[in-house]
Amino acid sequence: MSTTEQYTPIEQTGVGKKAAGPVGWLDDRLGLAGVAKKNLRKVFPEHWSFMLGEIALWSFVVLLLTGVFLTFWFQPSMTEVEYHGSYLPFNGLEMSQAYKSTLDISFDIRGGLLIRQIHHWAAALFIAAMIAHMLRVFFTGAYRKPREINWLIGVGLFSLGLVEGFAGYSLPDDLLSGTGLRFVDGLIRSIPLVGSYLEFFIFGGEFPGDEIIPRLYMAHILLIPAILLGLVGAHMLLLVYHKHTQWPGPGRTEKNVVGYPMLPVYAAKAGGFFFVVFGFTALMGALLQINPVWVYGPYNPSEVTAGSQPDWYMGFSEGLVRMMPGWESTFFNYTWSWNVFIPAVGGLTGLFVVLGVWPFIEQWITGDKRDHHLLQRPRNAPVRTAIGVAGMTAYGVAWAAGGNDILATKFHMDIYTLTWIFRIGFFVFPVIAFMVTKRICIGLQRADANRILHGYETGVIERSPEGGFSERHAPLPAAQQYTLTAHDRVPVLEAPAETDANGVAAPHSRKEKLRARVQRFYYRDTLDKPTAEDVHHAEEHLGHHDGHPVELGDEFQGVSETGVPRVH
Amino acid sequence: MSDELQPVADTEPIKDPGLAEHQFRPQDVDEAQAKRTERQIAWMFRVAGLLFLGFCFAYFLIDIDDTFLGWSAQNFAFGMTLGGGLLLVGVGIIQWAKKLMGDHEMVEMRHPSASSDEDRVAVMKDINAGIEESGFGRRPMIRNSLLGSMALLGLPAVVLLRDLGPLPHGQRETVWKKGMRLVNDVTGTPIKPSDMQVGQLVNGQPAVVYETDADGEPVLHGTELLQVKSKASIIVVRMRPEDVTPSKGRENWGVDGILCFSKICTHVGCPISLWEQQTHHLLCPCHQSTFDLGDNGKVIFGPAHRPLPQLPLGVDDEGYLIAMSDFPEIVAPSYPELARDQKKLDNKS
Repeated sequence: MSTTEQYTPIEQTGVGKKAAGPVGWLDDRLGLAGVAKKNLRKVFPEHWSFMLGEIALWSFVVLLLTGVFLTFWFQPSMTEVEYHGSYLPFNGLEMSQAYKSTLDISFDIRGGLLIRQIHHWAAALFIAAMIAHMLRVFFTGAYRKPREINWLIGVGLFSLGLVEGFAGYSLPDDLLSGTGLRFVDGLIRSIPLVGSYLEFFIFGGEFPGDEIIPRLYMAHILLIPAILLGLVGAHMLLLVYHKHTQWPGPGRTEKNVVGYPMLPVYAAKAGGFFFVVFGFTALMGALLQINPVWVYGPYNPSEVTAGSQPDWYMGFSEGLVRMMPGWESTFFNYTWSWNVFIPAVGGLTGLFVVLGVWPFIEQWITGDKRDHHLLQRPRNAPVRTAIGVAGMTAYGVAWAAGGNDILATKFHMDIYTLTWIFRIGFFVFPVIAFMVTKRICIGLQRADANRILHGYETGVIERSPEGGFSERHAPLPAAQQYTLTAHDRVPVLEAPAETDANGVAAPHSRKEKLRARVQRFYYRDTLDKPTAEDVHHAEEHLGHHDGHPVELGDEFQGVSETGVPRVH
Repeated sequence: MSDELQPVADTEPIKDPGLAEHQFRPQDVDEAQAKRTERQIAWMFRVAGLLFLGFCFAYFLIDIDDTFLGWSAQNFAFGMTLGGGLLLVGVGIIQWAKKLMGDHEMVEMRHPSASSDEDRVAVMKDINAGIEESGFGRRPMIRNSLLGSMALLGLPAVVLLRDLGPLPHGQRETVWKKGMRLVNDVTGTPIKPSDMQVGQLVNGQPAVVYETDADGEPVLHGTELLQVKSKASIIVVRMRPEDVTPSKGRENWGVDGILCFSKICTHVGCPISLWEQQTHHLLCPCHQSTFDLGDNGKVIFGPAHRPLPQLPLGVDDEGYLIAMSDFPEIVAPSYPELARDQKKLDNKS
């Protein structure tokens, strides 16, 4: 069956000749060859962690495809109608058209339920992949100059993604999503001074009004996806323009990028990966039920189910609201609902603002204005890594608090005690996480230095004439040693000059002093990599000191990342 | 650009050994292995094609009501054929790329993101020429009037949104008024004090929710009904009179230990209904605000701030529970004008 045929260059095939090659016809009109020349064989570096953003990209495409299908039948209307569809328990029940059409898609349109479930799973995956990708970028320092703008675009994609997801799961107008909207109504009302006006304008009257579903629909299928698409395009363009970051290693420097060409290898891998993501979400849609709106019933403001939860990515926001004490005050004859405004509005904006400004804060601390194309291992930036883990811990506590009722019943705990643990933990656990993470990073840095200076453990136990046992160490292969040391030295920190050359108090000295202090905090305890001299000494020690130059067998294939020799 | 932190080359402990030697894959050195891989991949694509055909057969052959292992048979068949096929196509393409396509690592040089200094100078020159030739700087009158009109263009854009909804109104009132009966939320029947046992909780609505006009059509329906329910829903509880400690002025708001509270949480408006008989606490399932109904609906835990509003009760001539007035306190989540509205309510009563 399989034959490898002789390949004919495209410009010599029949069609190719006629059009002087596809390049000719198009290029006469669009002048594409100039752009294509640079990009068709563009090099992309390879690492598993570079795939996370790709998952987000492809699940977004799956969302667009399945979303279009759903619009054929979904009716974004809050007009009440009587149900007479296939789902018999609701026969004759009054419900909104939005809810009815969602039931129709689930029960009467062939494949409708599958596409609905794929859509919802892809949405959950989209946000999860964006977060994972963002963490990868954060912990490896990939957001550093010149990529700060792309980081900001990413923060925009993340925040809009959350809003888009929320708008989407609110559309079916079922009891669960209606409860979510009721919460949003409370959140809008809590906005100081203008809350009531915003509520009446957004809902078209007092909650629930009859406008919110059509308006959310417009935002969900037009406004936000259009912005998301634009931002995704910009994100990709900048990726191509800056060229992808890469891990340091032999032959991989700040000045080059080493990897495989876009055509054919990356086009095939990335294109194939789209089918994998689509296939994966389709299998989830087939086997794992998600958002069974017929179980919840139509929205009714006097009903709620115990254990109501938002979709997972809103869980942290929900938790912040649950943890917050009931603070409310009256100033100037106005009511200020801190109990809702601080956690709900403040929590979300706070997260986005912190994410957005971090690259610039770090740059201010380090004073590092160079371009960076080599990624950092998290251990080599201990304070950044620790801050990141502290942030994740705070997020995790808030997220857990968002399910405090479920946790309380599952673990038979008192819900008030649990809430207090979260309230205190939200402030305490991140500090602990910071300290532990920083120590782990420094420990790992020491282990790296050890492997460079003392080699790896060969597993060969020697007995000395005195009867002592020791394990023989052997030097790492040069490539490994290089990879472990291919990162920046810890800069020598200098206290800012109190006075300038003429003895006059230096301007900005207060700001500079603060910066120096933060800088010390940022670099304190960070282990520097060994110097050339250290390595030279170590070589002598390893090679000659004990009089046993290490002989490695023929089957020695280098060592793995963890220092274990690979022997086949 | 400052290079103060640039590591000096000769302090680097280890020299860059350069790119590793190319490792050949089995498919590169053994044509038989390559053929085998080619066959494997081609089979993935063939099976995927069959699965896509299978999807179409399933579409027309499986009935929408059929089940398979408790699942919808259609959903299962569609998802497995489509998902399986897509997965095979994807895995096949990736295998092709990894095992058969050229795998020589290529090196591409990076270029600084910044443009050359000449380009920067040229661009600044062009911008200045543009400003100069337009007279943007020299003719402030024309410039300022343009900027002014552009700023004013923002106003129509904002004003145009005015009809998004009515101005806030009626937030402090509900449909409750003196004499309106309390009815059961499910059946719509009015409630007699004798219907209620100690410890019992009944979800209720104002009678108007179930009222019908002369043609038998409900008075309230659609959005209006939902709006009424989202403020006027109540819970009616009966406690032992000695468990209730009414605050001043509320001594006669109950009937034989039967009290009525708003069902709408004062936090963000969830309907509250988790009732703890023994402690007479009411827990909101959304954010766990807890109210003590024996103590005038006071908040005892959670993010809510205001107590649960209480509805003063009475009994009509036929012995059914009725409201003696609207809620004296504002129901539903707080809003900026709440303090002001509450004062107005206080003055009225």
